[in-house]
Order: sequence, then structure tokens, then C-alpha cells
Amino acid sequence: MVTRSDLPLRVINSTPEAILKAKKRARRSFRQIRTENVFKRTLSIMGLVIVILVLGILLTLVVQSLPSIKALGFKYLWSKVWDPVQDIYGAWPFLLGTLLSSFLALIISIPFSVAVAIFLGEYHPKGWLPNFLKNTVELIAAVPSVIYGFWGLAVLVPIVRSFESSIGVEPVGVGIFSSSLILAVMIIPYAASLGRSMINLVPSHLKEAAYGLGATRWEVIRSVVLPYTKSGLFAGILLSLGRALGETMAVTMVIGNTSLIPKSIFAPGNTMASVIANEFTEADKPVYLSALIELGLVLFLVTVVINLIGKKIIDRFTNE
Amino acid sequence: MSINQKRYILLNNTIMMQKFFNIKTLVSTSIFAVITAAMVSCGGGGGSTSGADSTASGSSDDNTLIGAGSSFDNPLFSKQFSEYNKANGLKVNYQSVGSGAGISQLTAKTVDFGASDAPMNGKQDSAISAPAIHIPITAGAVVLSYNLPEVKDTLKLTPEVLADIFLGKITKWNDAKIAAENKGVMLPATSIVIAHRSDGSGTSNIFTTYLSKVSEEWSTKVGKGSSVNWPAGLGGKGNEGVAGLIKNTPGTIGYIELAYAVQNQMPYAKLKNKAGNFITPSIASVTAAANIQIPADSKVSLTNTDAADGYPISGFSWVIIYKEQKYNSRSAERATKLLKLISWMIHDGQQFSSALTYAPLSPAAVSAGDAILKSATYDGKPILQ
Repeated sequence: MVTRSDLPLRVINSTPEAILKAKKRARRSFRQIRTENVFKRTLSIMGLVIVILVLGILLTLVVQSLPSIKALGFKYLWSKVWDPVQDIYGAWPFLLGTLLSSFLALIISIPFSVAVAIFLGEYHPKGWLPNFLKNTVELIAAVPSVIYGFWGLAVLVPIVRSFESSIGVEPVGVGIFSSSLILAVMIIPYAASLGRSMINLVPSHLKEAAYGLGATRWEVIRSVVLPYTKSGLFAGILLSLGRALGETMAVTMVIGNTSLIPKSIFAPGNTMASVIANEFTEADKPVYLSALIELGLVLFLVTVVINLIGKKIIDRFTNE
Repeated sequence: MSINQKRYILLNNTIMMQKFFNIKTLVSTSIFAVITAAMVSCGGGGGSTSGADSTASGSSDDNTLIGAGSSFDNPLFSKQFSEYNKANGLKVNYQSVGSGAGISQLTAKTVDFGASDAPMNGKQDSAISAPAIHIPITAGAVVLSYNLPEVKDTLKLTPEVLADIFLGKITKWNDAKIAAENKGVMLPATSIVIAHRSDGSGTSNIFTTYLSKVSEEWSTKVGKGSSVNWPAGLGGKGNEGVAGLIKNTPGTIGYIELAYAVQNQMPYAKLKNKAGNFITPSIASVTAAANIQIPADSKVSLTNTDAADGYPISGFSWVIIYKEQKYNSRSAERATKLLKLISWMIHDGQQFSSALTYAPLSPAAVSAGDAILKSATYDGKPILQ
């Protein structure tokens, strides 16, 4: 045990050089501790800022939606008419459009993202071709969404239109189906990248043991790799769903933007994000503006709820 | 020896530093909390708080005026302001944010003038703190463009047919009501696809105002506004969005600005006006539509005009300013510059209209604008003589 009074006695070598050396060392360690603490403090402040920012956004959304909540009540969520002229606002068509287009996009994208993840993670982890494929997939995430919108309008919509006329629905082209296709392409990299790194993390002794027991490659993937990585794959899929829910520009260009309730997946519709983007600048009545902000609040809450459900499912997977 | 010494210093320092940083962390946390609270409460105030007022009026640079509003006016304004700058050295910073946003910025006093394709409505009037005056600045038209590859002649439409199409009651191109007005034209048996604006816009406002005037059913079922609950059809963002829908989908009809249709060589229909004549939308027929009796406040809708050769879906665009120019410690010089600029815009500035497919103001509109400008005051005294 060191006490303050002990110290001077313990300095046996008390030549000026030695004392100077000791002082230097002391200064150095002081600096080290300070750097350490400053770094730690910076990290905690950064973390805190993020939390405050999210809570601040939520609070702003709630405060600004109050006029609309007061005027319209909770039936806002399930009433079906959005009529700015009469000051009647119901979010149901847009809630439905958002969920429909996002989940449809998810269903379309899952086979592709899982396949890419398995191909890059298990079959060809190294080499120029997999590298090229990997970079291409990541590039998909880097392309601005307005470009997907243009591509969708110019290329995808005419294809969808001829497809629609061949199956006998009204050949409009734009609609929920087109926006789901665009969204599916846009969200592939999120699930694929995360899935690939999870597959890389599967311990090789597990796979070797399976091969040693005479399993084929498909059997190893099915009974070792996929069970081991399912929580990671699911997390990636959840991430891509979050992206799909909030996507605005590309969707608004191909979804058809109508406040009517979509009758089928080929019908035009609208999403919450695109309604906000479309109508915010010219919302000239207080309740109208507030109803649009409440739409943002609903979108925020939908994202939170879906994330919470996803977390629960991941927990269940990992606890098994 | 020195190991113990070091340990002591380490120990001592750590305790000291921890205390020190705990206090600091507390302080910085509370600072962040205060900042966040401030941000939230500012946002909650609806943007009309006095904190933001200094931009336009408090600016020491009286040689730069600030305006905001209609995106329809933007190409004309850019040309006019650059010409005015060459001649008089005055800079104008115009933000093309949309008519509604222009009016809210004027209400918040962050700009010298607002520009809008629709006059201020009752709610906007009650939100503004002092009376505002509207000066007609240019006129535009909304045309019905269509994609019918088989039809070589210009399509003719009547107000009744138009309303029925947009109400979703006429669904086929070869409907008897359309055929009755277009004798000798081979109309296809395909479905009509309707394209409208998905974003709130002055264009939609003019178009729905017109439909409300000519159709009782439209007026009660849908009404007029910059965003309405469309009974049928697809929405496109901006003129280019609607034009894209029209170009890409055979059988589509939609409404776009005249200037956009002319510049992109899109076909557009002739429309029957109140006097019973089928009018091709053009700069001349829009100016003609505006040559009517204009009320003293100039807040008149040109839709369904009485003029015999006027195109019925036309409308003014206005510049809006405060009637009393002395507010927020604005200088008299700034107010005079603003008034002179607007006066130039409605006179000499009109020469740039036609080249950009805007309709020059009719003589009636210019004289109404002059009278309104003369009513503007600084500290109770008229600014322009």
C-alpha cells in the first residue's frame, strides 16, 4: 500500500537527473491518462449526441403533429380519404402502399441476396470474378436513388406495361409492382453484404467435420452454414426492409402517386415518404402541414416497430 | 522505487481526472440538452417566430433583394433580374421554392417579396401580420396534352367532356361525347389514362379552379386547390413527371404548363371557352384571356374567362409585398428599390416574356398593377409618385 508520506523515502536515488527523469515519466503518464480519458469522453459524447438527436427528432415530430392529432384523432390511421381541399386526412392508403411495396420488394430480393451471399461467402470467397461481383453489388447501394427512378421510368415501366397487358390487367406500367421491383434491386446489397461476412465467419472446423461425415456441399450449406448464419442473414434482411420503407425518390417516380386504395399489386398507389416529399412544399393549411408531419411520425413508428419485432426474432434465433 | 511512484501518480491522477471529467461530462451533457431543447422548441413554433426575421430586412446589404415563391415564374424572373442587374446594378436573390412556401416566407418576413400562382387564401390572410398587396406579374396557361399516336388532328374538348374525363366518368377514347366534338377523327377504342400532378402546385390550382367553375359535380366532389383528392388517374411529380407519364403511356391525357408543352413539342388540345369558341392555347390567347375588367386588388382568376378569344385555363401569377414597407427596421431606400424593380417588371420587363413562352400582361393588368404599386407606402407616405 502506497501512501503519500511513504513516497519521498522510497526515492533512494535522489540525484537531480533521476528526479528529472521521474518527473518526465510522471508527466508522460499523465499525458497518457489524459489522452485515454479524452478519447473515452469523446466516444461517450458522440454516443449521447446520437441518442439526443433521435429523441429530438421524435419529439419534434410529435410536437408538430399535435394540431393534426387534435383535429383528426386516432382514426387518422385507418380512415381512407386524403382530401386537402376538405381538410380530411387519412393515412391508410399510404400506410398500405408503404407496407405492400416494401414487403413485396423484400420477397423479391431475398432469393437474390441470399444467393449472392452464399456464392461469395462459401463457393468463391477469393479471386477476381467474386471480387468484381462483390464490388458490383456494393455499387448498387452507392447509386443515387433518382437514377433508379429514371431507369425505372424509362426501362422497367414499359416492360411491366407489356407484361401487364399480356396477363390482362390494365396496362399502366407505373404502380406498386414497378416500385417493388425497383426497391428490390436497391436493397439487395444490404442483405447480401451482411450475409456474406456472416458466412465467412462460420468456423471451418464445423464445416470440415460435416465434410468428414460425408456431407455434400449443398448439405453443408443447408445444415451447417445457414443455421449458423441465420440471425445475421435476418439482420441484413431487416436492414434492407428499413431502407425500402423510407425510400422516396425512386418510388415516387414509378408508383403512380394516387390517394386511392390499391386494388391489386399492379394498381397505382402511394407511400408515406413520397406523399411527404410531394405535398410538403405546398401544404398551405396548418392542419394539412401537421397531417403530413404526422405521416412522418407514423413512418418513424412503423420503422421502430418493425425493428423491435426483428430484434425479438433475432434473439429467439440466437438463443436456440 | 519508481514503479511505486508511478503507481501512486497514476492512482492519484486517475481519481483526479475522473472527478474532473465527471463534472465536465455533466456540463457538456447539459449544454447538449439545452441545445436540443432549443432546436425542438424553435421547430415547434411553426417558423413564424421573430428569431428568423433578420434575413431580409436586417441585412446591411441594401443592394440585394430577396424573393421566394412560384417555380412557374422562375425562368422569367431569372431573365428579368439578370437584365435589371445589368442596367441598374441591383441584385435579386430569388428562391424558387413553390407558391405556398413563398407566401409563408413573406409571412415570416424573411423575404422582401413573395411570388405565387394563386392569390392568398383566407387562412393565409389571417396568418399574416400586416396587409399584403398583389401585383400581377405575368400570365400562364395550363394545357391538356395527350398521347394518341393514331390521331393526327388536334383534339377538341369541351368543358363538360374534360370534367367527365377527370371525374373518371368517360373511360374510353371513342366515347360518343368525345366523338361528337371531333367529327372525322378516328378515335381509338382504348382506355383513357389520366395524368395529374402529384406534388402540390399552382398548375393544379388553376386547373382545378377551372374545373370547379365549369362542373357542378367537380366543385362538390373534388373542389379546387394546389393538392386535391383526385378521383382517378396517375400522379407525376412536376411538369416533367406528368409529361413523362403522357409520353410513355399511350392513351394518356394530362395537364401541363403551356411553356413546358411548347418547349417539348407535345401535342395539346383545343378547348371550348365560355363564348363557345374552340381556342388553341398560345401566348396571344392567354394575353387575350387577361384583357378583362380587373378588380382593384387584382386578385382575379382568369379561368373560364369572358373574353371571346381568350383561352379558358389561364391564370395570373402575382408578386406579393407588404403594403406598408416600413417593418423590421427596413430602410426607405430598400423599399424604393423593391417598388422600382416591380414597376420595371410589369413594364419593360414584359419584353422578355414571349421568348420564354410567358404571356405578356394585358394593358388592363398593367394599369391595375400600376395603381396597386402606387398604394404601397413607407411610414404612411406613398413610395412611387
